[in-house]
Amino acid sequence: MSIRLTLGTLAASTLLLGVAAAREPVRDIERADLPGQQVFARQCAPCHGTGPGDDGSPMLPGTAALAAKYEGALPAALELRSDLSAPVLTLFVRRGSGAMPMFRKAELTDAQIEELAAYLAATAALNTPATD
Amino acid sequence: MSLLPPDMDEAGFAAFLEELRGTVGADWVWSGEADMFPYRDSFSPVWNTGEERHASAAVAPENVEQVSEVVRIARRHRVPLFPISTGKNFGYGGPSPNVNGSVVLDLKRMNRVIEVNEERAYCLVEPGVSYFDLYREIQERGLKLMLDCPDPGWGSPVGNSLERGVGYTMPHFRDHFGAHCGMEVVLPDGEVMRTGMGALPGSDTWQEYPYGFGPDPAGLFAQGNFGVVTKMGFRLLPLPEYYRSALITVPRRRDFVKLVNHVNYLSDSGLIGEVEYGSPLSALMGNADFMALATRTGGPSDAEMDAAASDAGLHNWQVELQFFGPEKATLENWHYAKDRILSDIPGAASFEGDHFPMPATEEQLNNTTQPWQTSIKRRRSLGVPSLGAWKIVRDDGHVGFFPVLPRTGEAVFEVQRVLGDAMKEFPTLPPFFNALTTPLFWHTHTFQMVFAPSIKHDDPAHNAITHAAMKKCVAVAAEHGWGDYRAAPIYQDDVAGTYSFNNHILRRFHEQLKDAIDPDGIIAPGRGGIWPRRFRA
Repeated sequence: MSIRLTLGTLAASTLLLGVAAAREPVRDIERADLPGQQVFARQCAPCHGTGPGDDGSPMLPGTAALAAKYEGALPAALELRSDLSAPVLTLFVRRGSGAMPMFRKAELTDAQIEELAAYLAATAALNTPATD
Repeated sequence: MSLLPPDMDEAGFAAFLEELRGTVGADWVWSGEADMFPYRDSFSPVWNTGEERHASAAVAPENVEQVSEVVRIARRHRVPLFPISTGKNFGYGGPSPNVNGSVVLDLKRMNRVIEVNEERAYCLVEPGVSYFDLYREIQERGLKLMLDCPDPGWGSPVGNSLERGVGYTMPHFRDHFGAHCGMEVVLPDGEVMRTGMGALPGSDTWQEYPYGFGPDPAGLFAQGNFGVVTKMGFRLLPLPEYYRSALITVPRRRDFVKLVNHVNYLSDSGLIGEVEYGSPLSALMGNADFMALATRTGGPSDAEMDAAASDAGLHNWQVELQFFGPEKATLENWHYAKDRILSDIPGAASFEGDHFPMPATEEQLNNTTQPWQTSIKRRRSLGVPSLGAWKIVRDDGHVGFFPVLPRTGEAVFEVQRVLGDAMKEFPTLPPFFNALTTPLFWHTHTFQMVFAPSIKHDDPAHNAITHAAMKKCVAVAAEHGWGDYRAAPIYQDDVAGTYSFNNHILRRFHEQLKDAIDPDGIIAPGRGGIWPRRFRA
């Protein structure tokens, strides 16, 4: 009885039903071969990358937050955004936004932000603008 | 906002900054509102209030010689320094100091992985090395070693361990300070000291024997203010050959007591990694009647919870187990754990989960095939740094209170009731403590529970509730013998004050030490609740 009870428990409340179906496909993108690629990969991609999030989450936290914020009006993935100039990036990097904390010059220099801006612009241009 | 170090005028501050620039270069000294904004605690519950702590400047040396010189300059000018590693201590103060006007000693540029030794399973790193950096080094070199990392991978082994942070693999590696072995420290007079075997010229065992000879002062530098740690060694896990997960559920509320005892035995015997306790009854918390029962003042009776569970066809508790080692050993350990628990707790049930050879594939790391809704965070359980956990951050951040409690089921029930009742004063906060709240088995031999209310930068009324609730948690928990393990600067005096045996002799002892080596408070005055004479006056 105990086994049956617990199996019932799992079926009723805790089995992962349909999680895989709920996940969005991970977009494969072409990346610009610029110095900012490594900066993005190390400093931004762990939260703003295009891959899936941890443990069944369809998106990484930063990408998910922007998807919720823009509701499709802008791409959730930063690498598909063509509107992130260095001054705009600087504003968000140095002042933070919501759950995203501020980044100090000791960890991300102004020169690296310039590299990021160039990389994002070039990468966005390499990929078809996302409209979905 | 323009801010000066304590007891210093504008001219003195300018002269001080000029000396710093002469040591580290003009590009690595900052002051002024724009550059200092990122040194605020973005998770602060006293954001934009008079209680928020602000630094006046920051300096980022690139090596230990520069750290030493910066400390000497600060000593001459009597300027408090606040050392940070990667500055990601969110929920516990971030990069912000205890004392307004302090100068942040930002060690992020010291980012060398000095050594990773595969055969002897250790590493030696600088403070600016993140878990991401160390993991990348191990992967790029193809070393068969496993990290033990905290949830967010952008923190540093040095900073996290000095905060007594935790991870999620095997017991003796989860306690990050406990897993350190050897450190280098710049003392408040600028002298460079090495602990343990590092004090013996020519030794090759700095990362293998932590004590050397005589008293070991290493503990003074964790949550303390006796020096600036510039290197630390850590023990690493040999990459296990195999990973196995499993689930055990027990039907009755009181079964939790036995379940905890069995899991303690398995952990202390080295048979399992971190476990995740939970309650299948969490699925009922959307039901108003059940929520009222689980959060009722004084707590529900065992019979009421058992009846609710039976009505819903659910068990009261579950524990997810994780095994590391050779495949056959993980299987035998699982069979032993299952037999041990199921033979002692009537009605207990067991389920086998994902298991695979290590290292895990990307798909296995994504953790989408476990046949139950798992609480295990796969990447952190396998020592793979990530920021995926940031999805738990609500609003603009949170603060954390994690009381240390006995590793027993009875203690868990008591905390549920006592802190659940105490927090009813703050009805707008989520019921962190209720009849289903389970313990965290993070540190090697003890339990903790979580209270982590959110903060909002534009809602001071909400923050005030969070702030008041944090202080009440610290006080009420201490009345019952449960102490916080780690705290933001704004709570460190409250927490330190609860460790008050024999008229606060521990604090008075620390103050004596501080007065002896750093009476002017050059290194992080107030950190850990330890104030030097200058700031006590």
